[in-house]
Formats: sequence, structure tokens, C-alpha cells
Amino acid sequence: MFEIFGIPSTALFGQLLIGLINGSFYALLSLGLAVIFGMLNIINFAHGALYMLGAFTAFLLLHYAGVDYWWALVIVPIVVGIVGVVIERLLLQWLYKLDHLYGLLLTFGLALIIEGMFRNFFGASGRPYQIPELLRGGQNLGFMFLPNYRAWVVFFSAVVCFSTWFLIERTSLGATLRAATENPTLVRAFGINVPRMIMLTYGFGAALAALAGVMAAPIYNVSPQMGSDIIIVVFAVVVIGGMGSILGAVLTGFGLGIIEGLTKVFFPEASNTVVFVIMAIVLLVKPAGLFGRRG
Amino acid sequence: MLNVRTPLLAVNGLEAWYGESHILHGANFNVQEGEVVTLLGRNGAGKTTTLKSIMGIVGRRAGSVRLEGRELINCTSDQIARAGIAFCPEERGIFSSLSVQENLLLPPAVKPGGLPLDQVFELFPNLKDRLAASQGTKLSGGEQQMLAIGRILRTGARLLLLDEPTEGLAPVIIQQIGRTIGALKDKGFTILLVEQNFRFASTVADRYYIMEHGRIVDDFTNSELEANTDKLHAYLGV
Repeated sequence: MFEIFGIPSTALFGQLLIGLINGSFYALLSLGLAVIFGMLNIINFAHGALYMLGAFTAFLLLHYAGVDYWWALVIVPIVVGIVGVVIERLLLQWLYKLDHLYGLLLTFGLALIIEGMFRNFFGASGRPYQIPELLRGGQNLGFMFLPNYRAWVVFFSAVVCFSTWFLIERTSLGATLRAATENPTLVRAFGINVPRMIMLTYGFGAALAALAGVMAAPIYNVSPQMGSDIIIVVFAVVVIGGMGSILGAVLTGFGLGIIEGLTKVFFPEASNTVVFVIMAIVLLVKPAGLFGRRG
Repeated sequence: MLNVRTPLLAVNGLEAWYGESHILHGANFNVQEGEVVTLLGRNGAGKTTTLKSIMGIVGRRAGSVRLEGRELINCTSDQIARAGIAFCPEERGIFSSLSVQENLLLPPAVKPGGLPLDQVFELFPNLKDRLAASQGTKLSGGEQQMLAIGRILRTGARLLLLDEPTEGLAPVIIQQIGRTIGALKDKGFTILLVEQNFRFASTVADRYYIMEHGRIVDDFTNSELEANTDKLHAYLGV
């Protein structure tokens, strides 16, 4: 063990790791928000609820069906993705031509309803979700102790973020998505079923949120308000990164997680507000966000 | 002129609205397989709206649009594209978030028999050199126009709707576009063209329709052009 600026290395790197973990979830969630906003023009306030739905679905699958974590990683995003598709078809598709505000209000209402339903059935207290056997324990790196599950979360979310970025920025499917974000009418006039693409995009965003929820279940407790706890910070992340920028959402997510972690070490009193202070500064200096395209 | 053949495109009583404003008031015309037909008319006569109505991208439309006898008036624009019509809009519609290559490959094949890429590059050699450009909108106006036309040739659609392909371009580029339209005709494409540039149109078109206030008011063939020059000038106000 050694010290940096009078701080023991284990504390520093421990907080850095927690920051990286939080950053992983910020990145996954703001990525989904950015994808949804780009395509649907809707600020998806239900994103936190979908994340909670993912965690709860994993919890319920484990306790009532014996489906383990690894299967949950596959099944839950599909289930919640389908929920997303249903939400888009039943509700959101009627709002695209209206102001952003309507989508925001509708998804906010949805979030309240979903959260309320879960609180009604399961109570407000958190429920533990066990770390899968394969990932229990950890490594002593000398300067800090690294729990295996946390290393997995950072690694896996980085893989998911990179894959999503690659899909959107480097494949022909992604090119079609980007084109449809820019000019849906013309893309449709080329023979592409844009409404179906929009529907699947929301489903994909919902699946990403649910995936984050499954990954979060063993770290945070599974509780009905876990979504609303994290979503406010995630919105700040999206504002800082710039709405609609994929890379911006990912980098800002990880970056702010780390900054938050470091603040906990050096000035703990500010750790809950540092993200919002940064948001205020970014809004003043660069209103479109650090990676935003529109000014 | 009596048409014995079924026209490739038959438009009858086409009406179109943008919100409350009624733009087309029953346009009638047709395009035969292999023809280049030009819609002429003053600004605001409804030429662009006619193309957009055929493509199904106006607010509301009524009447009849038939492709090879198949009614398309109740189809969505993606279904219309898949029936075999390709559209090149006036503003060209190059996507800034896509590279030149992605722009070129964006429209999906809707039918077999589209031009292979090397033939597109034969028509537009400049495009091949600019393929690496990161942003489609970084191209010059002429190159963007070539990209906008080039990308719809690959799809297999045999009817091309071109909305003012020469607008804002230098004379030498306009000549190249003119030669391209001739070459496309030789390859068997059917083209419905909207033009303000009457002199350009006269170098490529087989027939003309004149639009006024959302209706077709006159039509003649290229061979009847000289006899109709005065009338045409009166229509176009030149």
C-alpha cells in the first residue's frame, strides 16, 4: 500500500473503481437515451423504469423460475425489449409530430406508473440478488482489491457500448439508422420501412436499459425506485455529453463516473453534486453539450 | 396522342394537400416505358408536389397513380419505392452523417437489374475518386447531384423521378448531367423530370407537360417544340 496526496492507494483506487462501475451504468443508460432521442425525438423518461424492470425481471426469474444470471443476461433484454416495442406501438408512435415535451410527459407518466406498480406489489425495500458463482471473490492487485464481479461489469459494459457504437457508426444498418435520423421521409421513399425501424430502435434502447438493470442487480439492491435514483444523474450525463451523440454519451458516462469517484476521495461533501455542477458549467459554455452537433 | 400501350406511369385526377393548402387539382398525364418526360411550369405550379405525390410523401393525396397498371394511391412511400420508382429530390438529400460511400449504398435494391456499381462509376467518374470523403455533404454541388442520381440507379427501379437536377450547377456540370440522362435512357430507364431550365430540358426530353395552378394544361412532343415556342414562353413567362 502507498499514498497519493496523503490518500491511501486502496481508498483512491477503490473509489475510482466505484466511479468506473457507476460510469458503466451511466454509459449504458445514456447510450440508450441517445439512441432513442436520435431516432424518435423523444426524451425517454421511462428509461429508469425500464432499467428497474430489467433488474426486477432478473430477480423474479431467479427466484420463481430458477433462471440464473447468465440466462437472465440474454432473456431479460429480450423481454423488456418487447415491452418497449409494445409501448412504442401503443403510445409513443402518436407523438412524433408533436413537441418534445409531450414525449417527455408521457414517458415520465409511464415511469411513475411502472414504479408505482412495483412498489405496490413488492414494497419499497431493496432485495438482494446474489453474484453468480463464477464471479464471486476477487483479485488482490497489490494497490487495491478488485472484486471479480465489478471487473466483469466494467468489461462487459465497455464491450456493449463499443458494439453499439460500432453497429451505429460502422455498419450499413447503422448508416440507414443515421440517415433515418436525419431525413426519415427520404429514407422511407427509398423503400425502407422507417416506422418499423423506429419501433425496433425503441425496443433496442429498452433492451439496453434492461441489460444495465440485470448487471446492476448484484451490485445495488433490486428495488422499485432504483431507476429514479439513477436516471436523474443519467440525464445530467446526457446533457453534458450532448443529446443524440453515441460516442459522447459513452465517454461522458464513464468520465463522469470517474470524476464522481475521485470527488468522493478528495472532497466527499461534493460527490453527490459534482455532476450537476459540471452540467451547469457545460450548459453555460457549450449549450449543445460537449459532443453535441447542433449549437 | 392515342396510347395503345399501357403507360409505365399513369397519373389521373391527382390531387394533393399540404395541411390545409390544396396544391394539386386533378393532374392527368402519363409516361411510357423508356421515355424522358419533362414537367415544365412556373414556380409554384405544383411540379415538385407532383413528384412528391407520386412518391407518396405529401400530407394527403387523392386520385390515381398507377405503375404498370398497379394502383399506388393508397400505398406508403416505402411500398411505392419497392414497386419500382426512385426519387431524387430537389435539395438532393445527401446525408451529412453518412460518408459518400454510405450515401451511395444507402438505398436498398428493390428489384433485380439495378446498375452495378462500376457502371455507376462509369457514368460519374468523379464519384469514385471522392468515395473516401468522410461526409457526403463535403462534396461540391455538382458531385452531390451526381451522388443523388448515382445512388438510385443501383436499386433496380426503372422509373426515375428527378427534381431539378441542374439547379444551381455550372454549365459544364449541367452538360454532364444531360449526357447522363441520355445514357440512362439508352440503358432503358424511364425518366420523369422536373425542370425550370427549359433549354436543358429540350436537350433531353421526348415529351413535355405544362403545369399551371396544380393542373396539366398542355403537352407536346419534342418535335412539336419549335411550333409551340411562343405558347411555351407565354406559359413560362420568359
